[in-house]
Amino acid sequence: MDDLLQINDLHVGFETRAGRVEAVRGVSFRVRQGTCVAVVGESGSGKSVCAQAVMGILPRNASITGGEILFRDPRTETITDLAALDPRSEHYRSIRGGRISVIFQEPMTSLSPLHTVGDQIGEALRLHEGISGEAVKARCIDILKLVRFPDPDRAYRTYPFELSGGLRQRAMIAMALVCGPALLIADEPSTALDVTVQAQILGLIKDLQKELGMAVMMITHDMGVVANVADEVVVVYHGEVMESGMVGEIFAKPEHPYLQALLRAVPKFEYGDDERLIPLREIKPHTGHLLKPRPLAKMTDTDKPILEVRNLAKSFTIRSEGMGSGGKNAVRITAVDHVSFDVARGECLAIVGESGCGKTTVSKMIMRAMDADSGEIIYRDQGEEINLSTLGDTEMIPYRKKIQYIFQDPFGSLNPRMTVFDILSEPLSIHNVGDDTYRQEMVIELMNLVGLDPRYLNRYPHSFSGGQRQRIGIARVLALQPELVICDEPVSALDVSVQAQVLNLLKDLRSVLGLTYLFISHDLAVVNYIADRIAVMCRGRLVELAPRKLLFKSPQHPYTRALLDSVPFPDPSHPLDFEAVRDSTMTHPDNWPAPYDVRDAADASLIDIGGGHFVRAHGRQDKRTVA
Amino acid sequence: MYRYFVRRIITMCVTLSVISLLVFIIIQLPPGDYLTTYIEDLKAQGEVVDPKKIDFLRAQYGLDKPMASQYFVWVTGMLQGDFGYSFEFNLPVTDVVGDRMWLSMVLNFSTVLFVYLMSFPIGVYSATHQYSWSDHGLTFIGFLGLATPNFLLALILLYLANVWFGTSIGGLMAPEYIDQPWTWGKMGSVLEHLWVPVVVIGTSGTAGMIRRLRANLLDELQKQYVVTGRAKGLSELRLLTKYPMRMALNPFIADIGSLLPQVVSGSVIVSAVMSLPTTGPMLLSALQSQDMYLAGSFLMFLALLTVIGMFVSDVLLAVLDPRIRLDGGVRR
Repeated sequence: MDDLLQINDLHVGFETRAGRVEAVRGVSFRVRQGTCVAVVGESGSGKSVCAQAVMGILPRNASITGGEILFRDPRTETITDLAALDPRSEHYRSIRGGRISVIFQEPMTSLSPLHTVGDQIGEALRLHEGISGEAVKARCIDILKLVRFPDPDRAYRTYPFELSGGLRQRAMIAMALVCGPALLIADEPSTALDVTVQAQILGLIKDLQKELGMAVMMITHDMGVVANVADEVVVVYHGEVMESGMVGEIFAKPEHPYLQALLRAVPKFEYGDDERLIPLREIKPHTGHLLKPRPLAKMTDTDKPILEVRNLAKSFTIRSEGMGSGGKNAVRITAVDHVSFDVARGECLAIVGESGCGKTTVSKMIMRAMDADSGEIIYRDQGEEINLSTLGDTEMIPYRKKIQYIFQDPFGSLNPRMTVFDILSEPLSIHNVGDDTYRQEMVIELMNLVGLDPRYLNRYPHSFSGGQRQRIGIARVLALQPELVICDEPVSALDVSVQAQVLNLLKDLRSVLGLTYLFISHDLAVVNYIADRIAVMCRGRLVELAPRKLLFKSPQHPYTRALLDSVPFPDPSHPLDFEAVRDSTMTHPDNWPAPYDVRDAADASLIDIGGGHFVRAHGRQDKRTVA
Repeated sequence: MYRYFVRRIITMCVTLSVISLLVFIIIQLPPGDYLTTYIEDLKAQGEVVDPKKIDFLRAQYGLDKPMASQYFVWVTGMLQGDFGYSFEFNLPVTDVVGDRMWLSMVLNFSTVLFVYLMSFPIGVYSATHQYSWSDHGLTFIGFLGLATPNFLLALILLYLANVWFGTSIGGLMAPEYIDQPWTWGKMGSVLEHLWVPVVVIGTSGTAGMIRRLRANLLDELQKQYVVTGRAKGLSELRLLTKYPMRMALNPFIADIGSLLPQVVSGSVIVSAVMSLPTTGPMLLSALQSQDMYLAGSFLMFLALLTVIGMFVSDVLLAVLDPRIRLDGGVRR
């Protein structure tokens, strides 16, 4: 056997109350030494279970029911069938963590908060190489240096909760690599990270793979990641391999209908204006007599923006309650720094940025779920101009009907103890809209509108899938017939095929009902598909605002460029430039070059460079601000 | 870290002084004082009371002075180790309490120890063998312990101890040792009697603690970092002791603070039933007869135990959990 790992006809079953469930049904693939194999699939496809089976860390109610997992250790040239080995045995434990190791998706929870980074990295060394004391420390610091920790000595002594997400994932990688494994299993290693950090982590894994000559088995759902790091691809669906092959062939000539459909559902950048994503199952919104189609053309005052945001600012006080400090060194953090933009009636304005950039804070202030420190939020309603930021709580109530919010998490945003009917009719009863018959009818129309069967109204949210729940959330938003809908990452928790379905639904609803969207996202591909104009935010500042095509064609601000450079394209002929990404420091405003620098904040403003393209920079003679 | 301790100790002192004020006011709240209760008692027995003698006694005990100065005398006395005078026993409080304080502390300390020693291994076993027959069995016994009234358990155990081991009924030592100087024999007798009240008082605490520890540990066992540890090749036992058990310890330690006063107050009824020479029954009678200094001292003792328990648990938590020690570091 030449391959490092061979999985032959693997079956894994779960004991559940409803009986036996086969999660993996006859999966076979191989991992050659020193290569990267990507196992791609949507949630529930069994891809992570394969990884767990190889590691021997299947959940207690799961077991391997058939097939073999042959692992050839290149050090000793012995072949072991891991499927036949007892996961608790001495032999398996010496392989696990020593010869095969793993990185998980969640860097926040994958490390114990009670032990230092050094302790957790060194543990594998003490276990597998039998060294101790200073030798362990030296090796740990070496590996921390290798994964490019800025200060390895300090990192050795820190606790995981003192590190940022990207650094934690680096610590996790260091831990996996410290014993020099022959195979690294990376289970969605970059999914929870920001796009710029993701590019750096992927680049790091790729570099280390070359440097250490190890093989990587990459579990992912992201076709962009696959195209950029994999040599070979295995596509799994419902526990079975649909297609496998070299990465170039997979993308160029997908043969299996599932793979073809999956690739069609992935948002790409080269879309024309009228091109649509093709989800696995399309939904057509059906309007009724209560929810009539409202074409935009028939509406009044379409020339003036529906929403104007002027110099919106918000800062938070973080009290550091460290034991030595006595709770006095409170730090003020500027979450939103004088942000201004307009939303035209009927358009979709996207706010893009990485975690902590202030995009959600802006949306919460518009919703008045949070009060702004300063600035104005002007909402235009049938010729009337209302400054929402000055309204009292009771005066705000009529406008709450006009502005609605779609949440990111389809699981947390629906009350599990309410039926779908209760969920959808609650906004109507809160605002005293209609009588019982009206509400009954309205709820049924809402279900039709989002493509759900009204017979499901008596069910509870748990009996729906993530995509269906998100559609219930959308239906709830539409119950009050709002004009402006704020969508906060509405598809980021969904699988690719479902994501395409929900995006298309949002697009259709907008044109049918004449809605205006403020779309918040971190995903540039999604934004490119749905938005008319895009605003880029970084560390509380709005750095660039442009029509979609202009922004992608000629990004001006260094941060926008860094962001665009970091997006992995689902196309192997368009690879990420890992070299450029590695040294990118543009995510921090202090590193922005003039005229984009932030030293003299008062002077910087959004400058019109033509065609509705604005960029935040220091003043030129011809400066004209949005305001 | 250092400043944290200092701050904690200062808060402790403030809390205690506030409690002392409250205790004093609450004791004084019922109308009258010890002497009026005393007179009522005498009158009920048909005796004549000389008003002059009453006034003399009132002046001597300082009961005629204003509340504030009475409080001041009491508090300053306590700081110097003088807990005042018990009217009922005509003795200084320290003499009245005497051995009782030590015996209650021995009893309570043994109970806490019993609770921890019993619940820890059982809780861990239950969590790691969730839904097995042994888990169900232990859970059942735990619920029995929670549900059985303490006094009933006390009577049963007293009977069994008497029948099986010939232990004398009631008290913390055989009758011949009462009021005798401490000898090895007396110590042995105390130990022989101690286990029954310890088991009785500790059972419900143990049962509750098992449930809490099991729930905590079950939560922790689901966590991702446990899988990470397993993926490193750790053996199950080392994995369990190094990661989830360490995490599950937190609520265990946080409970110290609330466990101490709970055990002390819970033991009052049991002590009365088993006629133990501990502080519990005496507190009860002191409160009934408005013997203010005796009752006040007991209540202050309870407060002190609670505050010290809280302090100990906070310090231990800070030592064990870096998140508490270093809080305020990086936050998203």
